[in-house]
Amino acid sequence: MIELIVFAVAGAACLAGAIGVVASSNPVHAALSLVGTLFGIAVLFVAQEANFLAAVQVIVYAGAIVVLFLFVIMLLGVDRTDNLRVEPLGGGQRVTAAVVALGVLGLVLATLASTDWEATGVVGEFDETVPDINQLGEALFTRYLYAFEITSILLVVAVVGAVLLARRVRREEEIVDPGQAERQAEITERIARAEARAAHTDGARDGAAADDAEAEPATEPAPAQEVGS
Amino acid sequence: MIGAVEVTPAWYLVLGAALFSIGTFGLLIRRNPLVMFMCIELMLNAVTLTFVTFSRMVRDTGGLSIVVFVLVVAAAEVVVGLAIIVALLRKRPGATADDVAILEG
Repeated sequence: MIELIVFAVAGAACLAGAIGVVASSNPVHAALSLVGTLFGIAVLFVAQEANFLAAVQVIVYAGAIVVLFLFVIMLLGVDRTDNLRVEPLGGGQRVTAAVVALGVLGLVLATLASTDWEATGVVGEFDETVPDINQLGEALFTRYLYAFEITSILLVVAVVGAVLLARRVRREEEIVDPGQAERQAEITERIARAEARAAHTDGARDGAAADDAEAEPATEPAPAQEVGS
Repeated sequence: MIGAVEVTPAWYLVLGAALFSIGTFGLLIRRNPLVMFMCIELMLNAVTLTFVTFSRMVRDTGGLSIVVFVLVVAAAEVVVGLAIIVALLRKRPGATADDVAILEG
């Protein structure tokens, strides 16, 4: 009885949140609806005795991912409402999308209905008397150890990629500034002179680099770096 | 009378299928890249719910383990995806899914 009530409430929260994500015209409302779905799923995890995963679900999804979404929405100021009356592609796109979604649902339900659940014959080693976090940790650090280690590489790559993608590229704008072409000959000549002096005597090298660094405008550190190298 | 109704794993699977379908529908009809991304999260969550249910059905920890991996991959995916969306929306505020080509080059 209790399980039925829990399932009904959490399932209703999930579905309401999912519909809210799809149907709200404001991205902020969509993100907040997503929190409802994520909490509902966490409750369903608890109902299925996956307590650790429920905690992780709340911390990672509701605590980190949705906050990240809201950060991006607020940071970029894109929290204006979309006009949902306009069909993106026109020509019955929504009808097609509904047909596809219902097709996916029908396919899954047909598979569920046609499967003989009793005949699997699988004997799992899950022990109900041991907390799920113990068994999960044991599985992660023995059977799935390599996969677990590879996820760390994935996270590093994701962080590097995010930094690379989201950073503002200013350098190209500086290179093509209006005075660049006129000064290019002077800069090249100065580098050549400095290199000649450096080749001549080792002792003169530091002085030439210092002179050039002084002579350069503050906005162009590149030639000084080349001399230094 | 109602107390006799038992919540079987099939209920969870049907709920997961419904959530996945709603996510698919949203992904197909919305054009705001942020909302499309949220729909992908919805589909991922439907799948994790299904995995946990199967894990309980066959009494195996494999389903629980894969949910951990799905969480990690989802976190990485969100980080990279939101970075792309930030780059896109910075270039053209109010960009839709049709404008992703402006990031080219």
